[in-house]
Amino acid sequence: MAAKKMNLREKYTRMTRDLAWDFSYQRDEDVYKQMTMEGIKIEDWDKWEDPFRLTMDAYWKYQGEKERKLYAIIDAFAQNNGHLNVTDARYVNALKLFLTGVSPLEYMAHRGFAMVGRQFPGVGAQVACQMQAVDELRHVQTQVHTISQYNKYFNGFQEFRHQHDRVWYLSVPKSFFDDAVSAGPFEFLTAISFSFEYVLTNLLFMPFMSGAAYNGDMATVTFGFSAQSDEARHMTLGLEVIKFILEQHPDNLPIVQKWIDKWFWRGYRLLTLVAMMMDYMLPKRVMSWREAWEMYFEQNGGALFEDLARYGIRKPKYWEQSVVEKDVISHAAWGTFYNYAHAAPFHTWTPNDEEMEWLSAKYPDTFDKYFRPRYEHWAEQEKKGERFYNPSLPMLCTTCQIPMVFPELDDLALTCYRSSEYEGDTYHFCSDGCKDIFDNEPEKYVQSWLPVHQIYQGNCGGATVEDVVKWYHMEDGVDNREYLHSPDRRNWDKWTKKATEEEVPPKTAVG
Amino acid sequence: MPVNAIREDYRFPAKDVEANFHGNRVVYVGWDHHMMFCAPVAFPLPPDMPFSALVGEVLPNAYGMHPDFPQIDWDKVEWKLNGKPFTPDMDASLDANGVKHKSALRMRTPGLEGIGGSGS
Amino acid sequence: MSNNMVYIALQNNEEARPIVEAIEQDNPDAQINHFPAMVKIDAPGRLAVNRETVEELIGRDWDPQEIHLSVISISGNVDETEDAFILERKR
Repeated sequence: MAAKKMNLREKYTRMTRDLAWDFSYQRDEDVYKQMTMEGIKIEDWDKWEDPFRLTMDAYWKYQGEKERKLYAIIDAFAQNNGHLNVTDARYVNALKLFLTGVSPLEYMAHRGFAMVGRQFPGVGAQVACQMQAVDELRHVQTQVHTISQYNKYFNGFQEFRHQHDRVWYLSVPKSFFDDAVSAGPFEFLTAISFSFEYVLTNLLFMPFMSGAAYNGDMATVTFGFSAQSDEARHMTLGLEVIKFILEQHPDNLPIVQKWIDKWFWRGYRLLTLVAMMMDYMLPKRVMSWREAWEMYFEQNGGALFEDLARYGIRKPKYWEQSVVEKDVISHAAWGTFYNYAHAAPFHTWTPNDEEMEWLSAKYPDTFDKYFRPRYEHWAEQEKKGERFYNPSLPMLCTTCQIPMVFPELDDLALTCYRSSEYEGDTYHFCSDGCKDIFDNEPEKYVQSWLPVHQIYQGNCGGATVEDVVKWYHMEDGVDNREYLHSPDRRNWDKWTKKATEEEVPPKTAVG
Repeated sequence: MPVNAIREDYRFPAKDVEANFHGNRVVYVGWDHHMMFCAPVAFPLPPDMPFSALVGEVLPNAYGMHPDFPQIDWDKVEWKLNGKPFTPDMDASLDANGVKHKSALRMRTPGLEGIGGSGS
Repeated sequence: MSNNMVYIALQNNEEARPIVEAIEQDNPDAQINHFPAMVKIDAPGRLAVNRETVEELIGRDWDPQEIHLSVISISGNVDETEDAFILERKR
């Protein structure tokens, strides 16, 4: 006689909680050593609710199907020279930014979830973390596989892993994740699952992938959405963990609020890179950073924090500053990479007339007033053969490690300086948000590996830009600098017949 | 100790103490309302360098390509050192001027407010 | 003004199309917005994808967990059963 079919809830319970056991000859506190270090009080792990009742067998089934679909498209993309279908070779630089800046974080997320999954006594949390650890590994693999097609034809991709631990701007995403992974397990989940995945990740993946679709990059759309289909689960874990912690004990509220304040600000600063990608690196643009921030943070994040108000949670500190800065940060970031294009493994350029019109229309209060004059000046200099590169190294924020490019909110043309003293040394910050984070845990940030200081201490291959670029494994004049003068552009013009017979350096010329 | 750490002895030396810079100290300089230079800049400088050498040798290499730079009247520059108004003694050393390790110097050049007055 | 919006974003593909249609049928307040390669559906308070409606549209059995294959993002509290996939904000 056939057994009665279990409903989803029963099946989930059998396949997760019922597989757990109690320890008989070890004490719980010896097995789960990190459970009390953060001051979070959990009374009853059985209260953990899993909104997605996905069991491991169903997980493998759906993930396997996702992979088959993805690799069918990657194969088709390679067989059909899909890299030639993108709107413009400038677009490919967005992928270089993604591969160097984001993909290594997927790997760190894999490690992070594997580690914290081990720390939680609750089996619901263990299973969710285990699935996410496998997801994140899948993400980094599929990203590398997809982008490898571009690596055959464009410069700048080949040393992403080496560069992640060394290049100045990559210390921004790297230090963000190192900060989270070296925190306790509850802070890690608040940082990555809630603040990053739930509150902010839409701003990373949705514009990136819509942008890829709009710019003819089928391969990236596919890996992006395949990864993003896991994201709904990750985001749900983020929301669940916050609700669970808050429901367990009233003492948890101030701890969680402080983490939300910290990790909102850290995540928001990290997204500066995405803001620049949206406004400057997509030849066909989907929406401006400003519009995306309004849609995904101000509206959607607003609803989320109204929802959480019943637990006593308020919106993250300094969120109002992000609303003022939405008119500025993408421009400030692109200007930074224009300044230091000789030290990054992708190209930058000044926006053309039509792009400047778009920027003026999207940023009516700031673009013409503060940023257009800069681009017009740079474009003139470039025409004269004097393309501007900043000859000095920038002052960095100790916390987010971004050069100090952000303005005072009451004068958007004036750099914001903040500083703290700690044990006889001065530390500098780009904002009140970054200063607060340092002041709360100075021991954590006095050991920051700040790339500019490391160069001056002699730890980065030498004293000159040439030495450092070599140490970064970048080929000067090929992987870096102005797009207009790049082999990427010359190749692209040749492949798309915009140029007839131009000399292409043999090492970088393809077909 | 404010950091929640697994280990009681969570303690690391500060990475950027002056002793790590081979006799130099890090000095930051920012030029207000000239954000074409995306951020203030950082220099490793000997503490006994005269302030006049910072102005006459270091800054031209950093900022000389800006159209406002040749027009600067150095007697009218308004300086700040670590956020406080400051009048440098050009002949004295950085150290004697109170420019310590990781000090931030800001200069404002009244009348010169960036390309087309845009703060760039 | 109270803001209790929920949303689901789905890939713009063959598998998601009947899901979008089912949402449209069952959630009269839902607003459907098209983006490159993506459909984003916003609704006040609650948004449900019902198994029966999707099955009616595609003419075969459909497990609400199949939504995992085409979902891009969500906002709201999830309730997943064998009959429906629901997003809501409890007030």
